[in-house]
Amino acid sequence: MTALAKLVRTTAFRLTVAYALIFAIISLGVLGYVAWSGKRLVEQGMRETVAAEVNGLIDQYNIGNMRGLVRSVDQRVRRPGSSLYLVTTLVGEALAGNVARLPASVLATTGDHPDTPYERLDDPDGVIHHAYVRVFFLPGGFRLVVGRDLDELNSLGSAVRSAFVLALVVLTGFGLVGGFVVARRVLARIDSMTASANAIMSGELAKRLPLSGSNDELDRLAASLNTMLDRIGELMAGLKEVSDNIAHDLKTPLTRLRNGAEEALRVSADPQQYRAALERTIEESDNLISVFNALLMIARAEGGRVAENMTQFDAAEIARSVVELYEPLAEEAGVSLSVQAPAALEAHGNRELVGQALANLVDNALKYAKPIESGDAAKGDAAAPSASVSVQVSARANGSGGTEVSVADHGPGIPAADRERVLERFVRLETSRTRPGFGLGLSLANAVMRLHGGSLKLEDNHPGLRATLSFPPPLAGAST
Amino acid sequence: MAMKILVVEDDHDAAAYIQKALREEGHVVDRASDGLDGYALAREGSYDVLIVDRMLPKLDGLSLVRSLREQDVETPVLFLSALGQVDDRVKGLRAGGDDYLTKPYAFSELLARIEVLARRRSSSPAREETVYHVGDLELDRLSRRVTRAGQTLDLQPREFRLLEYMMRHAGQVVTRTMLLEHVWDYHFDPQTNVIDVHVSRLRGKIDKGFDRPLLQTVRGAGYVIRDGAR
Repeated sequence: MTALAKLVRTTAFRLTVAYALIFAIISLGVLGYVAWSGKRLVEQGMRETVAAEVNGLIDQYNIGNMRGLVRSVDQRVRRPGSSLYLVTTLVGEALAGNVARLPASVLATTGDHPDTPYERLDDPDGVIHHAYVRVFFLPGGFRLVVGRDLDELNSLGSAVRSAFVLALVVLTGFGLVGGFVVARRVLARIDSMTASANAIMSGELAKRLPLSGSNDELDRLAASLNTMLDRIGELMAGLKEVSDNIAHDLKTPLTRLRNGAEEALRVSADPQQYRAALERTIEESDNLISVFNALLMIARAEGGRVAENMTQFDAAEIARSVVELYEPLAEEAGVSLSVQAPAALEAHGNRELVGQALANLVDNALKYAKPIESGDAAKGDAAAPSASVSVQVSARANGSGGTEVSVADHGPGIPAADRERVLERFVRLETSRTRPGFGLGLSLANAVMRLHGGSLKLEDNHPGLRATLSFPPPLAGAST
Repeated sequence: MAMKILVVEDDHDAAAYIQKALREEGHVVDRASDGLDGYALAREGSYDVLIVDRMLPKLDGLSLVRSLREQDVETPVLFLSALGQVDDRVKGLRAGGDDYLTKPYAFSELLARIEVLARRRSSSPAREETVYHVGDLELDRLSRRVTRAGQTLDLQPREFRLLEYMMRHAGQVVTRTMLLEHVWDYHFDPQTNVIDVHVSRLRGKIDKGFDRPLLQTVRGAGYVIRDGAR
């Protein structure tokens, strides 16, 4: 019973029943109209027939007097399916016709009598029939009555009535059965979706909603819910990665921080040493803070939360200002940093984040611009910039309407096998372990580009690395 | 110059730390521990600067500042918040804040920023000078000429803006992030010492060859430009 109640409560069932009702009402209306106008037509035909017969008989009377009339009536009565006729004297004595009896009041008034009870001559049981009759007074007190039996009309009415009932029964029946069938089908699909959703909630996170393959609206709903689940899964994986990162990679500097403070307490006694230890502590915690900020920013960008702050910005201006920001640093490191960009290059996004992503790439490029041999001696070593030690930043529109900003160096580059991996958080290649950094710069640039619907491409610069921030063409609506 | 400062912060320790440190700098510091108290004090008292946390009990920091601005209270506001992403900053500034500092922060950074905010208030922008002077260094904002002891210095456009910003706040400490924000319009943490290199280049142009250095490094804080004799 509860299963039935559940079925009856489904939208599919209610819709089907509602449609069945609407159709029933409409078809009843149509049938009713047909019946009504049919009846009218039949009645009109009857009246015309009767009028014509009356005229015909009057003609007979005019030609052959009463005798001609009676003979004519006798002839007509013998035809199968004939009309009703009666010719009487003034006192109501029948002279001819097939009517046994008529109410005296009808005979007394001339004209139409729409529903008159009568008895038939050929029906000895005296059953009362009903007829439409017309009474005509002839000279000498004679009456001529012509009529049509109404049974014909009444049988039409009852045929229509039974059609009414049949239609009602059939439509309601089909509506209910159809409703049940449709609701059962939909309910089965919904139940299986609910079961899957419950399974997912209870921890089977990899499970997805079943698709019937029909690509109907339920399938489309299930497919978008599945996409949503995938996205949630990705975000959860990202979150888990962040917490794993925090566990693994932040514990090390935290331990160093704690050890340093402990060491200072244990060993040193003079204020100078305390001071130095405290300064180291602050420096270490500043480093930790910037790692935290970078991690949060990556998580935020991957979560897509900054999207509300997207505006039009000039990618060429960003390229120039970042280069200009790093140019003195490059010069100090003996690297020639140059920029190639058009006067203006419209792109859509968050200038702040893109600026930071580009700054990270330039920072990396400056760190790794030199061949490995001389790299570690970079600091303070004012080697004259040579042709090979150069970093180029360029901004341009790409063929498909998007925008690209790339940073190219001629350093050791990143082996093709590692290019995917370096985008992950805290990943540092063996060759870069000795240089400062946390392994977050590329992850952040990558997260920023994903937020912008674009990508960070790492390619071989023969030799060296070319890192490209690739923005998609602005969406039609967003390009104002 | 002593400032009158209101700190609206619900965390007792954090507030006590700011209060103590600012008092040591010679400022008068009041404290409110929730948004409503902060709003009442800020409306009545004549403060030079408000330091407002964003997440406060009773009335959050953004609403507090928005309400103050609606009441035409134009006291400079520095938001101090653990929410430090790009959009958080934008929200803070849209609500009527004048500056935004993310926790955890260096006290020197906080101090430098509120001093700049308070100063900006006392000098109305309409009477902004067109020529800045520090000692014998002179910067003309209209002709974009910089001279020291009558001798023209050749500065790159960005060096000019850097010097302009520092001279506008002559005598006040400006931090590296303040320079990045105001001269380059970026708010990120550049990780490396990019700003230091720019400043040392600028110093090479304005101080080299002169006996009295004007651009000085403030250890652990930033830079200040002032006439050494004072």
